[in-house]
Amino acid sequence: MNISFNINGKSESVEITDENTPLLWVVRDILDLKGTKFGCGKAACGACTLHVDGEAIRSCSYPVKLVEGKMITTLEGLGDAENPHPVQQAWIEEIVPQCGYCQPGFMMATAALLNKIPNPTDEDIDNNISNVCRCGTYYRMRKAIHRAAELNVSEVASETQNS
Amino acid sequence: MAEKKKLSRRKFLVRGGLGTIGVLAVGTYLFRNPIRRGIAGVLDTMDTPFTGNTSSPIIWFEMTADNTIILHSPKVEMGQGTFTSLAQMAADELDISMEQIKVVHASSASGNMDGFATGGSTSVSALWVPLRELAATMREMIKNEAASKLGVSPTEVSTANGVVSVGEKTMTYADAVANVTEWDVPDTPVLKDIKDYKFIGKPIPRVDLKDKVFGSPIYGMDAAMPGMLYGAVVRSSAIGAKYIDADTSKAENMPGVIKVIKEPDFVGVVATSLIEAENAKSAIDVRWEVERNWQTADIEAMIEVGKGEAFVIQKEGDAKNILEEEEGLITSEYKSPIGAHAQLEPNGALAFVEADKATIMMSTQVVKITRDEIADRIGLDEEKVNIVPTFLGGGFGRRLHTPNAIQAAVMSKAVGKPVKCFFTRKEEFQNDTFRPPTHHVLKAKLTEDGMIEAIEHNVSSGDVAFGSPMVPSFAAPILGADLGAWRGGMIQYGAIPNYRTISWRVTLPFATSWWRSLGLLANTFAIESFMDELAIAAKKNPAEFRLAQIQDDNRGFRLKEVIKAAVEKSRYTDEIVNGRAMGFAVSTDVNTPCAQVVEVSIENNEIKVYKVTCAMDPGISVNPDQVRAQCEGAIIMGMSASMFEKMEVEDGELTPTIYGPYQMALMKNAPKEIDVVLLQNDDKPGAVGEPPLGPIGAAIANAVFRLTGQRFRSMPFKLA
Ligand code: FES
Ligand code: FES
Repeated sequence: MNISFNINGKSESVEITDENTPLLWVVRDILDLKGTKFGCGKAACGACTLHVDGEAIRSCSYPVKLVEGKMITTLEGLGDAENPHPVQQAWIEEIVPQCGYCQPGFMMATAALLNKIPNPTDEDIDNNISNVCRCGTYYRMRKAIHRAAELNVSEVASETQNS
Repeated sequence: MAEKKKLSRRKFLVRGGLGTIGVLAVGTYLFRNPIRRGIAGVLDTMDTPFTGNTSSPIIWFEMTADNTIILHSPKVEMGQGTFTSLAQMAADELDISMEQIKVVHASSASGNMDGFATGGSTSVSALWVPLRELAATMREMIKNEAASKLGVSPTEVSTANGVVSVGEKTMTYADAVANVTEWDVPDTPVLKDIKDYKFIGKPIPRVDLKDKVFGSPIYGMDAAMPGMLYGAVVRSSAIGAKYIDADTSKAENMPGVIKVIKEPDFVGVVATSLIEAENAKSAIDVRWEVERNWQTADIEAMIEVGKGEAFVIQKEGDAKNILEEEEGLITSEYKSPIGAHAQLEPNGALAFVEADKATIMMSTQVVKITRDEIADRIGLDEEKVNIVPTFLGGGFGRRLHTPNAIQAAVMSKAVGKPVKCFFTRKEEFQNDTFRPPTHHVLKAKLTEDGMIEAIEHNVSSGDVAFGSPMVPSFAAPILGADLGAWRGGMIQYGAIPNYRTISWRVTLPFATSWWRSLGLLANTFAIESFMDELAIAAKKNPAEFRLAQIQDDNRGFRLKEVIKAAVEKSRYTDEIVNGRAMGFAVSTDVNTPCAQVVEVSIENNEIKVYKVTCAMDPGISVNPDQVRAQCEGAIIMGMSASMFEKMEVEDGELTPTIYGPYQMALMKNAPKEIDVVLLQNDDKPGAVGEPPLGPIGAAIANAVFRLTGQRFRSMPFKLA
């Protein structure tokens, strides 16, 4: 069957035999966007987190058939070196990644959190960020999340000023 | 006169890569019998020298047309920050900027292969001298070429930021080396004074930071080749299962299946997509032979001090006789469970085996062993198998065994196409090379003034080093006891007159092996919990109690300094303040002493770790920011292992097989404050990646005791 959606601002349509194929593998293997990672395949680690219509979802356990007509954002669509998202900027400033493998999932989860709660408390962070990082970078991540919130606010402020 | 070695043109292959104008190979960093010396080094000082390939030439540096130098690293980057430290070391001696150096993984075909592995917290320390000498030699070679092109004497030119200059005249390194086909290799130049380094010792941002923040496809899982197919191997979930036979008739006709591959030791399937391969795999009916239905209780019964083979690994004075007398004897027991690596990126490999060569892209910590094992299985010369290491999505020792790469290669050979094959998470948990469970019995006697008269540590552990392809079989009889199992197991308080450590060796029915810091976490949990019990029995402050029993040599001095620093920075107190108690512990691992103080409270019947103060002396911190990052990460990983993690054996299977049920520390468990104090009482860089994992478990246990009176006897900690 054919499934059409928008990913990182681009319309895509893929031909797929098994409509229950997890979105993760469509993104990674068919669309060749490798920024979204496989960690467990059972919605238990968060490495595969991306956004569907602005909500963070774990794409390893999300059948591709559900994204028909929706908007997907992956880490590649969040920002790039020239134009980093505040979350990515904060991650660079705090030098968060170690092995780095879990980091895309955390950055996507954080970006979604900041959309909902622009200035999260430590408790908000604890309650909403439940991904796994084996390298134990949580300490720097927390600092980076607070930093991203600050950057986000100043970005929104400067956008309002310019308009 | 300086002796000059002429390297022939034949030995300098010019690589045709994009933008590459020449490959500068510096070979021959010679060690006499590197393996032997490596083993002896481990035994002697716990210092592992670089046991790299000594065949010449091997590629270290590559000069590109845009004046960037590519460093081919024989060590892999698994998060520990080695690439950044190596870049700093090379750039400083090469006289180039951090922007002018790029680090890549050396492929095995480059010849730059480590005979040992990436592990043991040795990458930076082992390459500290060789890499700077190689870089300095390169700089001199570039200088010589520039001087001859500029028509001046090499003594007149100077170098900075990748440019050679003499008076007004300048020449980039790239121009200097262009078209050079024969090199004069000078004697190794004198290295710069440490204080003249611009990058070493500075918190330079990680060189892989942007790739990791913007999602570049740098991991083994991301590897791809044109025409790539997907492989899946059927694995039994039972411990010790032997593959007998399989009925593959159903799988053969499933959609997308290219070929079902039956080998004497495994059965696998290759298909056009991952999902098709996995679907076909579940349709294969395999007959396994399982000898025994193991349970956790069986394993626990095996791991018991007094069972198996015993080796005395440390002895001073007459602890044995003194501790035989019951009078005044203090005795305690501790246990640690089976631990999983649980690294986020599963093991796997992308293999392309052609008629006369093979290319394997993957995350591995043992490039040479991976290569040799594949070459052996598929019948190619070792030189024909090129291992292209990728960035690792976590290592922690999990990738020191790579039999999965052999299976990918076998399947690729069978279909003549590139095949990518990796573990599911369940397979990853069940086929792990686990941290072995341990049992510890400690005994001691105190003198009347509250000093330790004699102490003994007995540790029973599953194998760590033994059975690993990294430890050559000739080493086992030399070593006797398993050097991995007793990491951190020796008594570090050298002023005690009588002490002894005995290691009991047990081989378990499933694979146990290297797990970040090996025995350090469990051994330190046992010894430092016991030291806390002794300090309390002696009615002494735990830090002062330890300080008084440390010898006065250099090692003792460094140990005392980290203890004092941790106590001072944390303002350690035995008192409970605002419902929070502090706990102290200290360990020495690979010559790096590390002391930690934690601050805990109990909330909703859960242990809450607020703050960790960590004082460590790794000698020179090539990159202090990344040394801190390793401390933070090791502390959280050690918390996770001592507070939450445990594998069980149920009806012959290792379980749990997924994150969540295999409980690990999450964001909500991480301390809000980690204060790292770095000392430098050694004149070279030492171990960093593992030592800070030592004290954390014991420090938490000691804090909880002060708060509740409950003494944890086993990991993971459970409040009564
Ligand atoms: S891979 Fe999706 S949650 Fe782990
Ligand atoms: S950085 Fe390695 S798992 Fe998070």
